[in-house]
Amino acid sequence: MANFFSSRLFFISLVCVVVAATLPLYVSGYILGLLTVAFYFGVFAMAWDLLFGFAGEVNFGPTFLIGTGAYTAGILNNQFGWSVYVCILLGALASVVAGFVLALPALRVRGPYFGLTTLVAVLMLQNFVVVFADLTGGEIGLTIPDVITINAGANYWIALGFMTISAAILYGLSQSPVGLVLQASGQDPVQAGALGFNIVKHKLAAFIVSAFFSGLSGALLVFYFGTASVGTVVDVAVGVNVIVSAVLGGRRTVLGAALGAIFLIVAGEFLRPTGELATFIVSAVALLVVLFFPGGFLGAALSREARS
Amino acid sequence: MLALQILIDGFAISALYALGATGFTLIFGVSGVLNLSHGAIMVAAAVAAWAAASVLHLDIYTGALFGVGVALIVSFATYFAVVKPIQNSTRIPNEEKEIFVLTGTLLWGIMIQELIAYFFTNNAKTVLPIVEGVVDIFGNRTPRNNIFTALVCCLVIGLLWLLVNRTRTGKAVLAASMNPRGVTLLGLELTQIYIVVWGIYGILAGIAGVLLGMFLGVSSYSVGPLTASAFSIVVLGGLGSVSGSLIAAFVVGYLETITAYMISPAYRTIPALLLLVFVMYIRPQGLLGRR
Repeated sequence: MANFFSSRLFFISLVCVVVAATLPLYVSGYILGLLTVAFYFGVFAMAWDLLFGFAGEVNFGPTFLIGTGAYTAGILNNQFGWSVYVCILLGALASVVAGFVLALPALRVRGPYFGLTTLVAVLMLQNFVVVFADLTGGEIGLTIPDVITINAGANYWIALGFMTISAAILYGLSQSPVGLVLQASGQDPVQAGALGFNIVKHKLAAFIVSAFFSGLSGALLVFYFGTASVGTVVDVAVGVNVIVSAVLGGRRTVLGAALGAIFLIVAGEFLRPTGELATFIVSAVALLVVLFFPGGFLGAALSREARS
Repeated sequence: MLALQILIDGFAISALYALGATGFTLIFGVSGVLNLSHGAIMVAAAVAAWAAASVLHLDIYTGALFGVGVALIVSFATYFAVVKPIQNSTRIPNEEKEIFVLTGTLLWGIMIQELIAYFFTNNAKTVLPIVEGVVDIFGNRTPRNNIFTALVCCLVIGLLWLLVNRTRTGKAVLAASMNPRGVTLLGLELTQIYIVVWGIYGILAGIAGVLLGMFLGVSSYSVGPLTASAFSIVVLGGLGSVSGSLIAAFVVGYLETITAYMISPAYRTIPALLLLVFVMYIRPQGLLGRR
């Protein structure tokens, strides 16, 4: 840990965060709004990377965790008018419960079978939202009466601060002894178990941590948007974006996932003039990265540093 | 009468599901690849058949053939541009190739989907059916196209069975799914077998796509749901088991039809999803899967 604080990665991250924190002083609200969403997305991707990169679980349903957190927070605020902060906290807790439910099959089935189970979880949540339209707002979306703040700068700072703290905790966790055990149990569960580590406990913990941050981020996003809809927090396409971000930025790096998410959102916005082709170009770039730089952005950078 | 109607309607959709899922499970069985661009290939075939008829003004049969041809080309492109580079890559560790193939084919599928949406818009397209009209089966008015779809699906699956079990190439494919190393030791080129399998897959997905285009119509939005339904049918039946997929396709097809008729079309997919979760818990390897 000590040599991390003197490493180049730490200084680069610190500089990035400081520069990012001064952005509201001189850029437009439009860019701030874009980055706010990108930062929340970054947390989704980092939480996913903890599960995939370290615990080795291919979770096709990150939006199951995100959506549960987002909709719980939204519904509580919409139905009972509870304070925003209580709702966000309860949303994150609901997501932890969802993470627990998702972890149960993971302890029984592996690989593609687990991937499908998580995908089914998302489809079920999506059906739930549509069927119980009275409660959830259905396909139109749920209106949320309260927001954290309407100031673009303040929203931006909240998102940046939240992402920085989440990144610090998740990265710290991934580099800690717990993270190493997790990585070992992801790569070779039998051997890790034979070394005397409790794999079930570690994997469960990974699911709970991942769910907590996904849910918290989802709830915050909902209170930023002022609405929760299937298209923004539940749809499989959103989950695909999360996965692509993490793979693009570099799996098993945690920080790279956030980088990938920011790239994905900003690139999508810059390509907006190309209309329908925007998604095509972003997917093509992502595919090229997957084929030629399988380590992702950060993976490529880190391996160069390690070599020199 | 409702029971008979469900029986007839369910059969066509189930046969279509079976045809779509067979190719998917064949690829997995032989080369261990889960092709998440499956839905995109089916939609590409249907849209190509539609475009051939309404843009190029070809006749129905040529259009359908054109659709299948496009699916074949896209299938080979998937193998050579996405799957093969990942499988041969030295920079990707072997245990992670699976997730890279999944991510790669997923992105490839999105690219195809977006191209279709760009050139042919998101609107739903219905391919003109080869046979038209309605027949009366014990008081149920059934479009001839339903019967035609079911017949073609059964015929193609039957031909596939003959190909796999009765020809030399087919036996090589079967052997590769059992033991790739053994096949190489017998002097057969594994890459050639993969190319054959991707070819078979392209034709199957193409026929399924064109038939789907005639039966229900497709749009670029159908890509995701089509992949998801093929994936769940294949997992339900047991990954790599063709007969398991056939059974699972009929289970899912009839479950959906019954739900749509008896409860509400809005809940169509829910019981099948519940069944899938249930089977995952009781029998994680699927109905006929091996571990």
